[in-house]
Amino acid sequence: MTYKTDMGRVKGLGTAKEGTHEWWIGRLTAVALIPLTLCFIWKVAPLIGGSHADVLAAFQSPLTSITTILFIMIAFIHLAGGLQEVIVDYIHGKAMLVVLLVSTKLLCWGMGFAGAFAVAKIAFGA
Amino acid sequence: MVELTLPKNSRMTVGKTWPKPEGATNVRKFTIYRYDPDTGENPRTDTYFVDMDTCGPMMLDALIKIKNEIDPTLTFRRSCREGICGSCAMNIDGINTLACIFGLDEVKGDVKIYPLPHMPVVKDLIPDLTHFYAQHASIMPWLETKTNKPAKEWRQSIEDRKKLDGLYECVMCACCSTSCPSYWWNSERYLGPAALLHAYRWIIDSRDEATGERLDELQDPFKLYRCHTIMNCAKTCPKGLNPALAIAEIKKKMVERTM
Repeated sequence: MTYKTDMGRVKGLGTAKEGTHEWWIGRLTAVALIPLTLCFIWKVAPLIGGSHADVLAAFQSPLTSITTILFIMIAFIHLAGGLQEVIVDYIHGKAMLVVLLVSTKLLCWGMGFAGAFAVAKIAFGA
Repeated sequence: MVELTLPKNSRMTVGKTWPKPEGATNVRKFTIYRYDPDTGENPRTDTYFVDMDTCGPMMLDALIKIKNEIDPTLTFRRSCREGICGSCAMNIDGINTLACIFGLDEVKGDVKIYPLPHMPVVKDLIPDLTHFYAQHASIMPWLETKTNKPAKEWRQSIEDRKKLDGLYECVMCACCSTSCPSYWWNSERYLGPAALLHAYRWIIDSRDEATGERLDELQDPFKLYRCHTIMNCAKTCPKGLNPALAIAEIKKKMVERTM
């Protein structure tokens, strides 16, 4: 039971003074992913069925490796933002919310860096 | 966590089927949501048969006929009967709309009428809009100025006045907000399409001097950014307005002022 007024309930804890940056990053990464996905398909799809040596050679080209690294990193940044939106929409329990937000962020950044590292390793021939 | 099933006390049951009007040849079936908080019973759907030969052309005519001639306990809001007061907003045939300007011929076959979705129900077709109105009040739906009041009036050019078209017509019927899934899941914190359309109406008003403060108030992941451009608001608006566009314009203004 609470005698909080309707306006008090609506005002809640006030505004968080943020939200625009995340929204804008979501749009920018979405647009960036259009050419990067096309580039990824253009450069990497022909390698399907190719030999191990073909793949290594392809990723030693700077254009292929740089665009693939960008594709992977930006795709995971976009994924992290998208998942955050879904979680914030549907999960209302505070503890669960924090656990999911932190774990999806860690997972996305971890996978993004792992993917970028794997491409860089081939590119530098290590 | 989001609730995917109705709470136990909200689950629907089948209610009374009222007799068909005697001697009528052109009869139409209406299935209407009923809920009476005083009985403690779950909500139910009652079935009515209306003689269409003696009924007006609009959904509201049928509801009034049912109330007058069949079941006086059927409860709903209505006032202007011409789509300007926003009172008779309800869910008809799966669409949130105003019963007074929604024609009976716009639905094929039987008619199903429910209250606006996902709101607490006061009785039958009457939702509790207290929180919805408080959200509207929170966006300061009035002219805010710091300049001394002019002797006559705040002047506005014809071009600037035109910017308010498609915004000022909103009658606060709540059809849009209650059709929005984001509002269903997060109405405690998300302002919803109606309040945001009104917020934009004042943000874009050339006479207003609190544009920055208005944007500051919306700078929040919940108040504004729960809108995911689902567009149910624009689809359902009985006045043909586009709250989703107004929200998109607010988001653009938010980015614009950072650049």
